[in-house]
Amino acid sequence: MNVIRFMLQNHTQVLELTLEHLWLVGVSTALAIAIGVPTGILIAHRPRFNKPVLAGANIIQTIPSLALFGFLLPVPWLGSQSDRLAIVALTLYALLPIIRNTFTGIRGVDPAVVEAARGMGLTESQLLFQVELPLATSVILSGVRVAIVISVGLATIAAAIGAGGLGEFIFRGLAMVDDRVILAGAIPAAILALAADFLVGLLERRLRTP
Amino acid sequence: MLAHMESDRTGPAIEFRDVSYQANGANILFDLNLMVARGETLVLLGRSGSGKTTTLKLVNRLIVPTSGDVMVNGASNGQVDLIRLRREIGYVIQEGGLFPHFTVDRNIGLVPKIQGWDEDRIHLRVQELLKLVGLEGAIGIRYPHQLSGGQRQRVGVARALAADPEILLMDEPFGALDPLTRDDLQREFLALQQRLHKTVVFVTHDLREALRLASRIALMEAGKLVTALTPEEFLKSGDPWVLKYVRAFGEGAASMVNRGRS
Repeated sequence: MNVIRFMLQNHTQVLELTLEHLWLVGVSTALAIAIGVPTGILIAHRPRFNKPVLAGANIIQTIPSLALFGFLLPVPWLGSQSDRLAIVALTLYALLPIIRNTFTGIRGVDPAVVEAARGMGLTESQLLFQVELPLATSVILSGVRVAIVISVGLATIAAAIGAGGLGEFIFRGLAMVDDRVILAGAIPAAILALAADFLVGLLERRLRTP
Repeated sequence: MLAHMESDRTGPAIEFRDVSYQANGANILFDLNLMVARGETLVLLGRSGSGKTTTLKLVNRLIVPTSGDVMVNGASNGQVDLIRLRREIGYVIQEGGLFPHFTVDRNIGLVPKIQGWDEDRIHLRVQELLKLVGLEGAIGIRYPHQLSGGQRQRVGVARALAADPEILLMDEPFGALDPLTRDDLQREFLALQQRLHKTVVFVTHDLREALRLASRIALMEAGKLVTALTPEEFLKSGDPWVLKYVRAFGEGAASMVNRGRS
């Protein structure tokens, strides 16, 4: 119960760091959706790009997060501001599940339905927006869900480069060898991940095709 | 709406001129020459892989010929606006190819909607079509997975007819149905065709279905057109491939000719 007492005593800071954390995750996820969904659509329609793009996203995923933060530090516009850098890194990590699920979701649409749509004279954009995307939505959202849960975890490491977020408590606690401080960062982060997972899951079920 | 407007277009509705199609180095279709007259029901008959579905998809250019021309209403279908061409040709596939996320009403009303009809007109048209294919209006709010196979197929036909196309392409539309439902739908098809006089190209591997529905049967084998004959001629033909096909279906086939026609 020491943890709870600690968190209550430092509630303004807990709140502040939670909000920072949410900001890092929210902005990076939004960027990853903005980049990943169109990329996924592109590679679903242009099969020769799918191998290189997915391989690229896969490779990014295998770079240890601390190393990626380190790699990005010397980049001019990024290195000067650590939260920018953290957002870019988190965006890169979130890309893979979003691109892959968009690709899978669109490729998973029944070819007979796509052919019927083409045969009826739908243009490519009508096909995309009226048929393919609606039918792929729940698969795409489950990719977003995975991306968010990964981001909430990874964002704790952003504190190592001074980008703030709940990782501050974790690193501080590690340095002080104080469980209470570590948990004051870890518990809210876990709650954030679960809550995001739950909310996107709700949306996913609501938008699932009947 | 449904009283078919007499077109001033003369000549065949569809004409294949020396059409060949190759895919991945394989010859799917060889040098096809075939005409489909206005208002006729041409059945493409043949076994799997004979090229009949390929032939059908050449008409609405879902498949582009390697050489030769497919003429629709006198113009090569490669020279006209593709989207407009397709909207003027109804397309029905097995199981209907219905959009699973749209209700029956939206499925049927989609082409009118993207052509900019107003809501009231679409609604009236959808009701009219549901009645035409023997469905009740209340079914309109259901989704395709809530329908039986026969109902889905009826909706597929209604959807293809929505913008009142002159040409209807049907790719094994009744293939997945049980025999009784298939029989019903074949009878309804004949009745419908007597009213609407569409130019229909119909793909099947079922000789009985072909004999019953066709005004002409085009038999295909290994990417080649064997012959195109009326059902009566077909049964009398001495062509070895025709004989083979007729024998495979046995004696009962002959009684199918034009059954249900007036």
